Amino acid sequence: MRRHQKLTNILVRSTGGLLLLMLSVTAAASNGFINPAGPIAEALRDHLIFIVVVMAVVIVPLFIALPWTLWRYRLRTKSGSYQPNWEFSWPLEILIWGLPAVIVVILGWNLWHQSYELDPYKPLAATEAPLEIQAIALDWKWVFIYPEQNIASVNEVMIVAGRPVHFSLTSGTVMQSFMIPRLGGQIYTMAGMVTQMNLLASEPGQFRGLNTQYNGMGFANQKFMANAVSQTDFDAWATKMSDSKPPLNSAAWALLAKPSVLPAPQSFGSVAEGLFTGVIAGFTGGHPHMKADGTDL
Amino acid sequence: MGTLTPQDISFVQTFENPVMSEFIDGAAGSVLVLGIIIVTVLLTYYRGWKTLWFDWLTSVDHKKVGIMYIVVSFVMLARAIIEGVLMRYQQSIAVNDPGVLTPDHFGQLFSTHGSIMIFFMAMPFITGMINYVMPQQLGARDVSFPLLNAISLWLTAAGAALVMISLVVGKFSTGGWTAYPPYTGIEFSPGEGVDYWIWSISLTSIGSTLTGVNFATTIYKNRAPGMTLFRMPLFCWTSLCTSVLMIFAMAPLTIATLMLALDRYAGFHFFTNDLGGNMMNYANLFWLFGHPEVYILILPAFGVFSEVISTFSGKTIYGYKSLVVATMSIAVLSFTVWLHHFFTMGQGANVNAIFGIATMLIGVPTGVKVYDWLLTMVRGRIRLTTAMLFSIMFLITFVIGGLTGVILANPPVDFAVHNSLFLVAHFHNMVIPGVLFGMIAGYQFWFPKAFGFRLSERWGKASFWCWSIGFYLTFMPLYALGLMGAMRRTVEWFRPEYLGWLQVAFIGALLLFSGFIFLCVQLVSSVRHRDQRRVPAGDPWDGRSLEWSNSAPPPEYNFAVIPKVSGQDAFTRLKEQGQAYVSPATYEDIVVPKNSMVAPVIGVGAIGLGFALVWHIWWLVAVSFVIIWSAVIARSFVTETERVIPASTVRADHEAWLAQVRECATTPREQEDTSTNVGRAEVLA
Ligand code: HEM
Ligand SMILES: [Cu+2]
Ligand SMILES: [Cu+2]
Repeated sequence: MRRHQKLTNILVRSTGGLLLLMLSVTAAASNGFINPAGPIAEALRDHLIFIVVVMAVVIVPLFIALPWTLWRYRLRTKSGSYQPNWEFSWPLEILIWGLPAVIVVILGWNLWHQSYELDPYKPLAATEAPLEIQAIALDWKWVFIYPEQNIASVNEVMIVAGRPVHFSLTSGTVMQSFMIPRLGGQIYTMAGMVTQMNLLASEPGQFRGLNTQYNGMGFANQKFMANAVSQTDFDAWATKMSDSKPPLNSAAWALLAKPSVLPAPQSFGSVAEGLFTGVIAGFTGGHPHMKADGTDL
Repeated sequence: MGTLTPQDISFVQTFENPVMSEFIDGAAGSVLVLGIIIVTVLLTYYRGWKTLWFDWLTSVDHKKVGIMYIVVSFVMLARAIIEGVLMRYQQSIAVNDPGVLTPDHFGQLFSTHGSIMIFFMAMPFITGMINYVMPQQLGARDVSFPLLNAISLWLTAAGAALVMISLVVGKFSTGGWTAYPPYTGIEFSPGEGVDYWIWSISLTSIGSTLTGVNFATTIYKNRAPGMTLFRMPLFCWTSLCTSVLMIFAMAPLTIATLMLALDRYAGFHFFTNDLGGNMMNYANLFWLFGHPEVYILILPAFGVFSEVISTFSGKTIYGYKSLVVATMSIAVLSFTVWLHHFFTMGQGANVNAIFGIATMLIGVPTGVKVYDWLLTMVRGRIRLTTAMLFSIMFLITFVIGGLTGVILANPPVDFAVHNSLFLVAHFHNMVIPGVLFGMIAGYQFWFPKAFGFRLSERWGKASFWCWSIGFYLTFMPLYALGLMGAMRRTVEWFRPEYLGWLQVAFIGALLLFSGFIFLCVQLVSSVRHRDQRRVPAGDPWDGRSLEWSNSAPPPEYNFAVIPKVSGQDAFTRLKEQGQAYVSPATYEDIVVPKNSMVAPVIGVGAIGLGFALVWHIWWLVAVSFVIIWSAVIARSFVTETERVIPASTVRADHEAWLAQVRECATTPREQEDTSTNVGRAEVLA
């Protein structure tokens, strides 16, 4: 029995190890959450590994027992005992119901806590107030509005490294899904509704962002860069934007709203009053997950 | 006619716009047209039309209906696999390169591939399998409503025909197999594509609802005397669960597609962005169907594995009651988890957590089943036939899919891998080993029963290795790609690190395709050498349930005398007690349903109706509608729907067969795959 436990122990460890190996192979030069650049993505990755290791407890025994059974009870040698009517055993029955049940209790407990912990709506603990960004999904581009700075950028988003970002998201077209894989998970954007996402980049860097929900011909090209910079660089960038870039007025908006793949990111030095809420309200009868002024319902 | 113009014909498009993507499309259309021409010529040459019409198309015999379902499924499988390989090819060359397929063509490919695989490959396959096997296992002569059964078949076939027509006439949807609005609404997807999806799916969903009613009734009402519910083979139990799921789960789909149709045709606003429409309702309706659907597909496969593993281990199933309980729990729980398909829609942590935990709960009965199958082999005498190999590979591979399923059940992790190739890998990891391997195993297992000769084991095993290795090569890289942030439905990539993984996946897809080719070769080769492979006595594998107690192929009435059942593994019991192959004391007249042309007429009407709706040809809509309902009304005036086979004929046929069986030498299990196996099994000790 003790030998058995030791064996399982080794196996659990080696599965975990194997998994880490596979993860590190994919992590090399990878831009998925498996190569995290922020606390959320990191927590997601650790959560994933935890599940795999716990699940190994029910999976590994099968991988050992199955080949053994096939070998021992093969017809040719008639080596194992043959009991064609053997059909039940209480101890085994308790084990095969009990073990998965215990595993599910453990994983379920963990799931419950992690769901709250890693809820994208949950504000991130930090000393600073989060940077507010409003994102609008269009075909096939992302518009980012910085309400506090009153500027906007398209297919490029500037955030501050080490400071939480709070995205409010909606769609000016079909449903899409917003994601910056190295920073965290994704959330749908829907016309007439607002969803939210809190993210944090630990270090300065460039991270790929995209829409993950198929939305037609330009889908594969709907990508953007998230640039995490220092607060000073961010402020300098914002000032430069306000000073030198054209306004995002109704004419510019009309152009953006047409389906197209943009050759390069765009910037706007000012934003028409109430653009974000206007896009939402434009779909009359829409029902926001959040009030138009940004507070929760 | 309607909105149909000559430019909609795929060959005209290829001619006018001769680029690679169009050539591929044109070639696919040509293959289809050519195939139809070849079949027509062959049928005429061999004078097969009459046989086709009287013996098959108008038949309401559950066995023939079942076989026709599986034929439809095979044809559709061929197309959908090729599409899968084509997509894998495109993706493997499209790293910083547009590749060969246009985004529009690629969009149609994943939509037809997904829709076909689910609705026109997997569904007909399981429906056909249940149709063929379940009544025989129950000791019944047919399903409860034979004509309804044929009508269901024809509704499904009509849906499949519409998808095939879209290859030549017009385009298919690019909205995926889920067809989420508002993208599939008229504003963002004008044109016929989504309409093809809507009508083909609506037709088949109605067919499946009727099938569910039919099967459930059969299982409740048509069992042989003594065949209590807890003596039924497990395949019947899983069929019952699937039927119940069909009854409850297909309706939301039918409703959702019809509501989408109202949006598109009549300016309604159920799912539009504006005027009060709300696509979230569609997502809920669709997955209220969609999740039970995966269990509709996989439960019958679980049933097949139970039969195959028990038979080829020469042993009764371990934990029969526990398997029944597990199956039933899965069926019930499958209605409580649909939200896990859109954890990312913003409903908040508590709702997500509840559905996540409900999803994980399904892991318990599923885990139990896996171990029950393992324990069924323990203390048995295991023979690694093709059917058994597929079942074992299922066990191993399915466990990995289960693991990734539990991973996806965690909302936080799902936020990171939703919509990614990780998800694509996960569901293929369930449906290929689960559903497809199950159906292939069932096909290998029951083929000799249906056609009277065994399939070649050599080609079967070649196919098995291709399917297995091909599966791992194709789909394991997709897990890695998903973790690396590669998303599904993507026609072109911009990350060089994806390239190697995608190339491996393409090679794997070629192997999968070879697996399919070997299945075809196996069929042809076995047909050619059928005389050495015949099993007239009907029991080539030392079977345990009643379907093995009659001849191969069975008479149209299945059982000359309805068997009396005294326990589980009914046929094994008879063999052990020396009661198998004994002449019954008396014979009685047998009443069987007459052939009917109602079902094919409804089928043709349904194709016409669907096509006319897609192309807004309103007069044809009216005509088809009238045809369908005239057939139904006319049928209600037919009073002589049954035919009597006199007792003397039954006696003559059955006694002749029994005499033949008694002459047959019994085959020990070691010689299962030799010509000595004529279908009479030596009792294993
Ligand atoms: C046999 C070999 C198969 C291959 C090579 C294959 C390949 C593929 C590929 C390349 C995709 C597109 C992935 C993407 O979106 O990036 C796909 C999607 C899909 N496949 Fe398969 N597949 C196979 C078998 C099956 C089977 C057996 C089923 C179901 C019974 C199935 C169901 C689906 C579904 C539902 C989709 C999603 C379509 C959508 O995006 O709406 N596939 N498959
Ligand atoms: Cu919403
Ligand atoms: Cu599901």
